[in-house]
Amino acid sequence: MAYKIKASDCTVCGACEAECPNEAISFKKGTYVIDASKCTECQGSFDAPQCAAVCPADCCVPA
Amino acid sequence: MNVISLDSILGVGELKSQPAPAASGCTTSSCGSSDGPSDMAPEVWEKVKNHPCYSEEAHHYYARMHVAVAPACNIQCNYCNRKYDCANESRPGVVSEKLTAEQAVRKVLAVAAEIPQLSVVGIAGPGDSLAAGAKNTIETFEQLSRLAPDIKLCLSTNGLALPDYVDRIKDLNIDHVTITINMVDPEVGQHIYPWIFHDHKRWTGIEASKILHERQMLGLEMLRDAGILAKINSVMIPGINDEHLMDVNREVKARGAFLHNIMPLISDAAHGTHFGLTGQRGPTAQELKALQDKCEGDMKLMRHCRQCRADAVGLLGEDRGEEFTAEKVMQMDIDIDGGGFTKRETYREHVEAERAQRHQSKAAAIAEVAHIAGEKPILIAVATKGGERINEHFGHAKEFQIYEVDARGAKFVGHRRVDLYCEGGSGDEDGLETIIQAINDCVAVLVAKIGGCPSKSLEAAGIEPVDRFAFEYIEESALAYYAAYTERLGTGAVREKIGADAVIRQGAYTARRA
Repeated sequence: MAYKIKASDCTVCGACEAECPNEAISFKKGTYVIDASKCTECQGSFDAPQCAAVCPADCCVPA
Repeated sequence: MNVISLDSILGVGELKSQPAPAASGCTTSSCGSSDGPSDMAPEVWEKVKNHPCYSEEAHHYYARMHVAVAPACNIQCNYCNRKYDCANESRPGVVSEKLTAEQAVRKVLAVAAEIPQLSVVGIAGPGDSLAAGAKNTIETFEQLSRLAPDIKLCLSTNGLALPDYVDRIKDLNIDHVTITINMVDPEVGQHIYPWIFHDHKRWTGIEASKILHERQMLGLEMLRDAGILAKINSVMIPGINDEHLMDVNREVKARGAFLHNIMPLISDAAHGTHFGLTGQRGPTAQELKALQDKCEGDMKLMRHCRQCRADAVGLLGEDRGEEFTAEKVMQMDIDIDGGGFTKRETYREHVEAERAQRHQSKAAAIAEVAHIAGEKPILIAVATKGGERINEHFGHAKEFQIYEVDARGAKFVGHRRVDLYCEGGSGDEDGLETIIQAINDCVAVLVAKIGGCPSKSLEAAGIEPVDRFAFEYIEESALAYYAAYTERLGTGAVREKIGADAVIRQGAYTARRA
């Protein structure tokens, strides 16, 4: 029950970090990463995972 | 060196500080944004007079810089692809490095100390300045308004998040906001925007365009009510929104927009954008000018936009960004107390004096040609590196400025980027061909100097090379040329040029400051 970021496609824009309701996304070693222990796939917060909905490179996917 | 040095401005004539002449009406090229204070409220003139993007006249004298602190975006446009960065091209959304707010502030102070022409700092992406909570944008502006209060702040946005931030924008003293508005009809919008992210949801299709349109109009109205000047950028996409932009023009005008900037689509498969990959073409120079002419009424049309990078530094049409990379800026010894403030102030005073003189000499030049009213206008190309003078060698020009000239004045109507003709001292014939393509709707090209070979080729293409006005003012020289040209036309010494269409150099602005 968590999402991950495909680092090879990530453009490092940071849009996902700003939208994550769980503060599960952070910038590490040149890319953004999702902390699986904090990710809820936005269930209970929103209709759809926010990171995937905002990502221009469509690189936030189920882990 | 492309930037006008402070010394060269200070040495222009024997300038003494003198008060600006009284409003003299629309005496020259055009009014308002491109001329003086004569047709706008004094408080508006104060806001735009030193802003190179909002005032065509100011763009000859003042420089801007963009700090790339806003990489995130909340919509997808079919002409945009932020995945690729190429140092050899210039277009909105392209940057070499993203900055933190702290790095951006340092960079601004470093540039401000080095370039006294700097009057404006903008945030134009590379994504949307108000996306992702506008965090970096607000942080950068908060620090700058404290550390360099004489520098104007502006931002550009797609408008989706704008209504949420108008109050904050007002608090931060940002008095210029650019909104990119490409449609006022969601039917048209769905061919430009594949999706938007709004209210925690990704919207697609016509629904997405409907929300975006409503938010753009609301944001524009809120800016107007807050007394903040709004410039509207529109991308002209032939076959999709070209005719429709007249409706856009009408709607934004009705909501108090100050300036409308219709820009050509930049589209190349190599950029990897949707439009690039589907072969969507951009407009030709004539198509763009025809649309701009149709939209021009009581609202200003911006003609001097260079569609610059989201990290551009310097006068419009040049990029000194490489001198101020984050790495170089971190090593610079920076005076954080507004470094260079005195130099900037001195420069501004001299520009004011120069302007007063210029408004008078333009009026005099127009009086001289009054007797030929009624003759057809002509287009001429000018090689200049600023200061409103013909002061660039033909072979060194990276762009030509285009003026439409008749007895009413010389009106700036655009610029055409070209590859350097004179690279490393010798002329390059292929380069010359592309220059001719870029200006082949012009009757003449006014230059500071030109060699024999290119002169012959230009003449063969029906473009007269003219170097007798070297280092003189552009508008006065253009009018003198026009007077002589119409006389020669009358005697049959020259024949009327049949205008050929000109090619817009596709986005790639490869020339860098040497």
